[in-house]
Formats: sequence, structure tokens, C-alpha cells
Amino acid sequence: MSSSLTIERDNIRKLFPDTFNQARKGRRKGQIFFFLILLYLIVGFFTLDVVNIPKKWKPQNAAMFALDTYAHKDHVTMKWENHDDIKIAFEGNYRSVYGKDNLDKSIPDWFYKKSDNVGYVVEFNNKGKAILYKDRVEIVNFPKYERDFTIKLNTNGKPYLVGSEDLVIEDLKGFRITENRVEFRPTLYERIQVYPKKVEIHRYSIGWKYFWFDFSSPLEPYSFFEALGLTFSKDRVVPEMSNLKLFLTEIKDNDAFMHGRVWWAMLETIVMAVLGTMFATVMALPLSFLAAYNVTPIKALRFTLRRLFDTLRGIDFLIWSLIFLRAFGPGPFTGIFAIGFTDTGTLGKLYSEAIENTEKKQQEGVQSTGASKFLQHRFGIIPQILPIFVSQSLYYLESNTRGAVIIGAMGAGGIGLQFLGALGTGNDFENVAYMAILVLAVVIFMDRLSAWLRRILIGSDQLIVR
Amino acid sequence: MSKALPANLEQIEVNLKKLTNQRTRSSLLGIAILILVFFGGTLISLEANAGSFGRGIANFFNYPRDLFVDTFEMGWKYWPRVIKYIPELIITLNIALFSTSIGFVLAVIFAIFSSRNLIRNKRVIQFTKFFMDVTRSFPTLIIAMVFLYLMGKSSLPAVIAITIHTAGALGKLFTEAIENCDGKPIEGLSSVGATWTQKIRFSVLPQVLPLFLSYGILRLEINVRESTILGFVGAGGIGEMLAALIQWNYGADVLACMFLLVGTIIALDYLSAYWRHKLIGVNQ
Repeated sequence: MSSSLTIERDNIRKLFPDTFNQARKGRRKGQIFFFLILLYLIVGFFTLDVVNIPKKWKPQNAAMFALDTYAHKDHVTMKWENHDDIKIAFEGNYRSVYGKDNLDKSIPDWFYKKSDNVGYVVEFNNKGKAILYKDRVEIVNFPKYERDFTIKLNTNGKPYLVGSEDLVIEDLKGFRITENRVEFRPTLYERIQVYPKKVEIHRYSIGWKYFWFDFSSPLEPYSFFEALGLTFSKDRVVPEMSNLKLFLTEIKDNDAFMHGRVWWAMLETIVMAVLGTMFATVMALPLSFLAAYNVTPIKALRFTLRRLFDTLRGIDFLIWSLIFLRAFGPGPFTGIFAIGFTDTGTLGKLYSEAIENTEKKQQEGVQSTGASKFLQHRFGIIPQILPIFVSQSLYYLESNTRGAVIIGAMGAGGIGLQFLGALGTGNDFENVAYMAILVLAVVIFMDRLSAWLRRILIGSDQLIVR
Repeated sequence: MSKALPANLEQIEVNLKKLTNQRTRSSLLGIAILILVFFGGTLISLEANAGSFGRGIANFFNYPRDLFVDTFEMGWKYWPRVIKYIPELIITLNIALFSTSIGFVLAVIFAIFSSRNLIRNKRVIQFTKFFMDVTRSFPTLIIAMVFLYLMGKSSLPAVIAITIHTAGALGKLFTEAIENCDGKPIEGLSSVGATWTQKIRFSVLPQVLPLFLSYGILRLEINVRESTILGFVGAGGIGEMLAALIQWNYGADVLACMFLLVGTIIALDYLSAYWRHKLIGVNQ
């Protein structure tokens, strides 16, 4: 059986030698191509320093960054010279200090005086405690630690861990001791630092605190929904304005998350994308007709327009935005024109190809009724290409939203610039995360919107090419 | 019958009129919305823009003119300048090519796990699709900026950002390609007892590979632009050089970089159209 099959195969091979050789040649070509790519990847691996990723990757930085995007911290600071003057500040900011008289902000309940009135207790979320005395700091009750610790100042005024010489290395995990500092950080969420002059404690909790109302807002004691409920009540929280107005302005002027500014910037970015796409569509529409051979008989005009499209597209929107940035200054106009010019090239090319691919019969049908050239195009071509136009333009809306964010970051304003600003401060990573999520949400929304519009306008959300 | 026909015709005419009216109404509504969006957007732009619109239009040609004047003053000494920036251009191209290749491989893996005709488990498909949506929607700039912050100045953040975005964007296109491919070869292989990997290798891959490569080449072109932009915010290559030159106001050098960039992009544009034409026979 098998031998007869082999004979048959050999016969076929003899009958059609070219077919088999071609297949082998194709395979050889594929193998060479694959090998070249592999070779390039190895070269790229070294030239682009990919091998050094582990060296460049600073896990400490990344962990701090990640921690700060979803958690917030309170600083407790005590100066050795004045034991009773303890400052508790949100994120260590001097403007958000708890218990400062003018702000009438109550002390958080994780901070209290010890029952015998000699020490202050800072209680962490994991039930561990740091107790601040006049002459020492006690670290007690930390989970996974069998014993308590005491940190004191020696005669030279330097901090030291009492009895550290008796401890083995395992007991000391979480401690970092240098000449001028004793630091205890059992996990990322608790940090106690003792210096010759002061003690500083960072207490982390999960969540974005003050997301709706900032530290000094009169609405801060209420949650979002409580405050929303208050807007229906007649009793004013502050005498100057109604509760609804207060509610809105407090959210807008929140100085931690800056909702007002961020949303305005987001709006600018969306305007850039939408108007840029509109501009490109309006420009490309007539030009594409002039560049299509079945509409325009003049070859020189067609050639010129084709090269114009190529040039507009080839001068990438990076360069366009640099030029417009000089002319218009930072603002949406830069983005609108940069996107508009680049996409006039892209859409013009796509549109004119679509026009050239239209069915000729419909145009001839209109022509047979004695219609003018203009009417022939109006009723013979436009109905055929309109869905393609709409589909292409909407398709570019989503990628232009991403482009607008990028142009913004290069100086045109909008959410891109806000994002760079927040990243640049080096400690507002919750804002960075907030804006990143916002951008992600808006881009996904634009994507869905354009798919939805394409579906209701032309019955299919796939990109129609011809 | 002879009586019914006119009645029917009347009915048709009434229906036609109704449809036309409806069409006109929705067209008008659409146009009204567009006009509203246009004016709203313009108002917002006027409010938000630093310089005025009129002055911007008037100033539009100033900067390009300055650049050209600077260049002409240099005369023949100009060309060595242009050549000087080619190494920077190669860095940018390297970033783009490398991250496109890696992203391509990742995209193929994603696409296999999100295609309905290859994977039975609906959860896996939904998760992969969602994952691709997220990676695709982040502007590369945002990922690159975060990694630049964490890793310090180098080209790596650009590579990471473009790779992530490419994996998502290509993955979506690849999924569509796999889902639209002919099911009969798969059935044929099933009938002779092929394993899952063999089915993919001998029935799916031959059908979709030309399309994959074509999309990959298109992506490469886009990624060259992206890597230039990421260079502009600090990821190295010609973008970074351009940013520095603009800051120092070296007009002729700025124009040299721009020429190189535009030349590369146009060349790539033609090359990719040519390659794709060879691969799948059409331009799109």
C-alpha cells in the first residue's frame, strides 16, 4: 500500500517538476528571511541595550511609583527638642496639617496620647505601633516580629537601636542603620525614620484620599454621596453659596486632583482630535476628486495633487506641530492644524483611491439621462463612496485622539502637557495614574463611539476599503 | 388588477416620499450636529489658545522661511551637515524595527488566543481581547514617559512602549484575519487527525501569513514615526536631536533633520506600498 503511494507520488513529482521545485524555493526563501530576522533581533538586542534592562530597572523606584499611584500617606513628625509639638500632615504637605487651629481639622483616630500621658501612639494599619516618648521611640506589636524595639539618641546626639549588638541579622530585617539615621520599614506601608533632630513616620493607606473634596474643603467631612444628598437640603454648609454650587465648585477646584483643570485639558485634547479630523475630511473631499483619474482628465493636476498628499503625509505630524507651535503658540489650534494637515494627505490618498475604484456603470446610467458632468459625479459617484468616506474619517478619529495627547505633550497643551507636569513633580503619582486612566477611558470611548457611528451610518463597523 | 396597480403605485410613492423625508431629516440633523461640534470646538480652542488665531495665520510662514534662509546661507557646506545626522536616524529606525519585530511575535500569540475558530474557551478570548484593547489604547507616549521616569534616559522606554502598542494594534488586526480565514483546510487537517499546533501550522498560517506580513510592514512605517516622536521627549535618536536643535535655534540643522525624516518616511511609504502589493496583490 505504502509503496504504491510512494510510486504515485514520484510519478506526480515527475509530471510537475516545476510545481515542487517552486514550493521548495519558496520554503528556502522563507527560511532565509526568518534567519535574517533572527540575526537582526540578536543585533538589536545588543545595540538597543536590551541586555541591560535588569541593570537599569530600579525595583525600588518602581515599587515607590506603583505604591504612590494607589496609596496615600500621612507624615507624623516630632522634633526631639519639643516633644509635645507633633505635626501630622497629609503627604507631608505644610498646607494640609491636621489639628491646626485655623483649619479646624480633627486629629485622626490612629494618633492618640498613651493612657499614662507620657507618650504618643501612632497606630499603623497592620496594628503595629510606634510610641513617641521624650527620649526614645518604641516600636511594638508589629506582626511577624517576635520582639519590640527601642531607638534612642546616644550622648553624641546620634540615633541607635538599643541592644542591637545582641540581635541576629534575622531580627534586624526591615532596619537600615547608618550613622545619622535609623530607619525601620517592615513593609512598604510603614516607615519610621529617626534622625538626630527629629523622628519622621510615614503611614500609608490604600486609596485616593481627597479625590472629590480636598483637604481644606468645607465638604471634606462628607463622602461623595453624602455631599450629593446635601445638595437637596436647604441648610447651607457655607453661608455664601447654595449647596449645589458649593458641591460643584469644590469638586472643580479640588487642589489634589485638579478635576477642573484636568477635564478642561481633556476637552482641549478631544477638540483637537475632532476638529482636526473634520478639517482633514473637508480639505480632502474636493482634493480627492481632483486627484482621481475618472473625474479629472488633466494628468499634471492629478500628479501634483498625488505628490501633495504624499508630502503632507510624509511631513509627519511631529514636524507639522513644531511649525504650528511657532505660529499659534501652545493651544488647540496647533493640534487641530497638525492633525488636519497630516490627515489631509492620508485621507486624500485613501479617498481618491476609493473614487477610482467605484463602479463605472452607475455613472454611465446617470450620463444616459443627459445629466451634466457635475450631476454625474453627484449621483453616480458620491452615493458609492460616501460610506467609505465616513468609515475612513471615523476610523482616524480614534488614532487622532491618541495623536492629540502626544501633540499636547510636545507643547500644544491639553491632557498630554498636564500628564508631563504631574510626572515631572516626582511625587504626584496618583495624579499620573488618574490621568492615564482618564486618557485610556477617553480613547476607548472614542473607539467605541466611532465603531457605533459607523454601525448606525453604514451598517458595518469594519473599515471599508473598497 | 388594473385598479390595484395605481393604488399600489400610489402607495409606493407615499412610501418613497416618507423615506426621502426621513433621509433628509436625518441628514439635516447630522449636519446640524457637525456644525454645533465645529462651533463649540472653535470657541473652546479660541478660549484655550495662547496666541490669537489671526496672528497665528499671519505668522505661519515665518518659521519655515527662517529655516530656509538659514540653510541657503550655508551654501554647499550644508550637505555634510545632513550626513552628520544619519547615525541618529539609524538609531530611530533601529528602535522602530526592533520593537515592530518583537511586537509582531507577541501579536501573533495574542491573536491565536483571541480567535474564535482556534480557541474554544470564551473566557480566554474575552480576556485576551480586553487585554489587547488596553494595550492598544494607551498612547505610546504615556507608557514611554513612565518608563523614562523609572529607568532613566535611554532608548529602552521607547522600545517597550512601541512594543506594547504594536502587540495590541497588530493583535486586533491579526485576530480579524484569522477569524475570517477559510475553515475548510482546518477541517481537512482535523479529518486526518492533526494536532492543534499542526492545524495552525499547516492550515491557518499559510492563509494568513501574507496578510500578517503586510500589516506588519504598515505598522513598521507607523512605528518609525512613533519612535521619532518618542525621541522628541527623550528616548534618543533623531527626534531627540531635533528637539535639542530647535531649542538651540540652529535653523539649518533643524531643516537637515526634517529633510532626513521626511525623506525616510516618504521612502518607507513607497517601499511599504510596493512590498504589500507584492505580498497580497492589492494596495490595502
